[in-house]
Amino acid sequence: MSARAVVTGLGVAAPNGLGTEEYWKATLRGESGIGPLTRFDASTYPARLAGEVTGFHAPDHIPGRLLPQTDHMTRLALVAADFSLADAGADPEKLPEYGMSVVTANSYGGFEFGQRELEKLWSQGGSHVSAYQSFAWFYAVNTGQISIRHGMRGPSGVLVTEQAGGIDATGHARRHIRKGTPFVLTGGVDGALSPWGWTAYLSVGELSTREDPRRAYLPFDADASGWVPGEGGAVLTVEDEEFARERGAGRPYGEIAGYASGVDPRPDSGRPPVLRRVIEQALADAGLGPRDIDVVFADAAGVPEPDRIEAEAVTAVFGERGVPVTAPKTLVGRLAAGGSALDTATALLALRDGVIPPTAHVTDPAPGCAGLDLVLGAPREARLRTALVLARGTGGFTAALVVRALDGPWPRSA
Amino acid sequence: MSQFTVEHLKALLEQAAGQDADAPALTADTLDSSFGDLGYDSLAMLEVASLAQRQCGITLEDEAVSDADTPRKLLTLVNGLITADAA
Amino acid sequence: MAVTQAGTHTSAHRRRVVITGIGVIAPGGLGTKAFWSTLTAGRTATRAITHFDASTFRSRIAGEADFDPAAEGLGPQELRRMDRAAQFAVVAAREALTDSGLEDTGRAPHRTGVAIGSAVGATISLDREYAVVSDSGATWTVDHRYAMPHLYDWFVPSSLAREVAWVAGAEGPSAVVSAGCTSGIDSVGHATELIREGSADVMITGATDAPISPITVACFDAIKATTPRNDDPEHASRPFDRTRNGFVLGEGCAMFVLEELEHARARGAHVYAEIAGFAGRCNAYHMTGLRPEGREMAEAIRVALDEARIPPERIDYINAHGSGTKQNDRHETAAFKHSLGAHAYATPVSSIKSMIGHSLGAVGSIEIAASALAMEHGVVPPTANLHEADPECDLDYVPLVAREHRTDTVLTVGSGFGGFQSAMVLTRPDRRAA
Repeated sequence: MSARAVVTGLGVAAPNGLGTEEYWKATLRGESGIGPLTRFDASTYPARLAGEVTGFHAPDHIPGRLLPQTDHMTRLALVAADFSLADAGADPEKLPEYGMSVVTANSYGGFEFGQRELEKLWSQGGSHVSAYQSFAWFYAVNTGQISIRHGMRGPSGVLVTEQAGGIDATGHARRHIRKGTPFVLTGGVDGALSPWGWTAYLSVGELSTREDPRRAYLPFDADASGWVPGEGGAVLTVEDEEFARERGAGRPYGEIAGYASGVDPRPDSGRPPVLRRVIEQALADAGLGPRDIDVVFADAAGVPEPDRIEAEAVTAVFGERGVPVTAPKTLVGRLAAGGSALDTATALLALRDGVIPPTAHVTDPAPGCAGLDLVLGAPREARLRTALVLARGTGGFTAALVVRALDGPWPRSA
Repeated sequence: MSQFTVEHLKALLEQAAGQDADAPALTADTLDSSFGDLGYDSLAMLEVASLAQRQCGITLEDEAVSDADTPRKLLTLVNGLITADAA
Repeated sequence: MAVTQAGTHTSAHRRRVVITGIGVIAPGGLGTKAFWSTLTAGRTATRAITHFDASTFRSRIAGEADFDPAAEGLGPQELRRMDRAAQFAVVAAREALTDSGLEDTGRAPHRTGVAIGSAVGATISLDREYAVVSDSGATWTVDHRYAMPHLYDWFVPSSLAREVAWVAGAEGPSAVVSAGCTSGIDSVGHATELIREGSADVMITGATDAPISPITVACFDAIKATTPRNDDPEHASRPFDRTRNGFVLGEGCAMFVLEELEHARARGAHVYAEIAGFAGRCNAYHMTGLRPEGREMAEAIRVALDEARIPPERIDYINAHGSGTKQNDRHETAAFKHSLGAHAYATPVSSIKSMIGHSLGAVGSIEIAASALAMEHGVVPPTANLHEADPECDLDYVPLVAREHRTDTVLTVGSGFGGFQSAMVLTRPDRRAA
């Protein structure tokens, strides 16, 4: 068997677009999903911008029975999974129950739901806490709810590595495919846009406190002032190539060709960050050299020091201005595990259409980032066969994923 | 609350377990259907019981709740306790 | 292609993975020795909750660990930074590393990874900090100025893996694995897969949870999953007993050093057990409910045995999930019968949750530790408080008293919210057919 893992479906719930094509068009047009917080009154907080998924009316998408037991971000995850399956043209009822897995990344669980129940607990007492709290908050909730909704009984799980999660989950999905489970829903959706979640974001000390959505999140820019949290992410349908062909799936977006991960050493260890090594391992895993990579989707911290570290690692591997680099997440903010899942979806869309979406709003790269060939201003058309997606999560969790377009006609001959 | 009516129960079920357009509605005809057949799982019923206790100011024993497996039985149970409290 | 229901593909050159170090924090004693002594004595470590005033809650019992982080060598900054679950993880990881002899042997950082299971992460800290910033729930728009500087670390449980990575000097693939109450099996299974596929040579793995907090107690109260047997805390956890009426919450941690077999042999390490098979399945049925047949758990067991390449008859001992809820004990008894056939009746089965309670995501790893120690000592821990078995639970549950029993092969299982069902097979590397 081939054990080649191909992506056959994308489902996106992003601040600048609900639905894959809506998101992609908005991204190429440079439409931002970052704006003043509307979900709650943020006037007392020093940072007041976020990437909120707008135009999402849950009852339009989610069965009524699921509404009382799900947090907002789980509803987004269920919708993204539906989008992904529809895009893949897959009907789970017709696929083998133990041959379908769900591997999602998550960072916060259902935090708005959790805040509501904590409020009841502390203000009214324990007996007021909902029967759904036991799972609506926990990190495994999206995988559990997606598996139940679609009858997916294969090996499933949840990885937590903050921003790196979407890539780690996708790498793990490939692992399942290589071990014989042919159909995996993966990626991640995150979000914690409630006052309690916002307080946790603020504790990092890196949120931009600017009011102008166009100047708040400027990774690699001399004027970088921090980042903007967002919600949403992407669910990817990943399949064994032969399985996809036999069930008559449409042409895959690409192949999960390489993956590697690591965690940074203690800051006082005197050892370097692992990003460069992780990039090199991912390339080696894909059997590719630096010159084979056509575009890099950066983690793009928006904070000068990590921006410089990322720029140095990319430059060390690819050379000065050796590869186009972009960060379309400048239009949506940082979505934790959802961010790297969304970046992976974006990279696959870029391969499909031969166009690199730009790093929005950035105009003046910082001196330490001058070695990057940043795609700025407008989309750049290019012949794209491979993309490298990078993520660096809080705590030093670092992951790299190589996606590659398929050669030749589809379906391929057996 | 002096009486726990079908309308009260309907509102409570919706709060606890949401609406399902495909599930049978709670009417005079379905008062003796099991909650399971009406599309409410055990978790939903725990949530319903919890809400009923708070809204009606009563205490529901675990076993009594699991025995009250139809709308009519639950209405009878809750109303019996409300009356007992008032007495 | 044909879907291999087994979900496995065998390779002639498969790297084998062994446990070479164990560290445990559990109710009833800190450290592996004290833990094993509690289990073999059949001593219950469940008691009335002391961590907070639980007087208003339905279930007021827990298996609490008498853990003093300062006495365990954690410094002031670590105490401030780490939630109790992280403190457990760091202390147990140190014990496991010392036990393995892998300290300071200059292992390659990028070949060493971390996989930590946890169901609920930093719940105690989040619960407590929420009360502060909200002024005990008085305001939805909580006041961030009262928040701890490390709040985000508690918010995102991957900080648990980072803390352990720092202890171990690991820079390889690292993650928190969170699949509810199977997290502690799934994390070790994940670590095993990383070594097998060649992504790491050494993994520090295991699971930790410290859920004894008002919010956790309240949420299990709400679904009546925990026992209200408050007048008799020591005998409240009653897996497989006719009178069982819910689980007893616990806390704790187990950490392991996992190594590729040749890597362990080359340095003359003591090998406790080989992780020979692991599989997880989802019931795709209900977030908390189980169907009585245990079909998906049986499938996970079947696949784990297949991966281990051993027949059901070779299982010497089953370390059960045995939570003590009505539905669980029936569910897994059925799963054992489906997967092992008649051999299920001939195999000792026990639940250590009868003694230490149910520490959610951590307990799967604690049970792997118990399984490895059962192999090491040729003793099967008992199911405490089992006086009259439920007629639907008709296997040999090793009631009350530990049993000397040669144990070369163990099956340990877990079942969790979200529908997760996991199974792991441990063997002795020297007694397993290649």
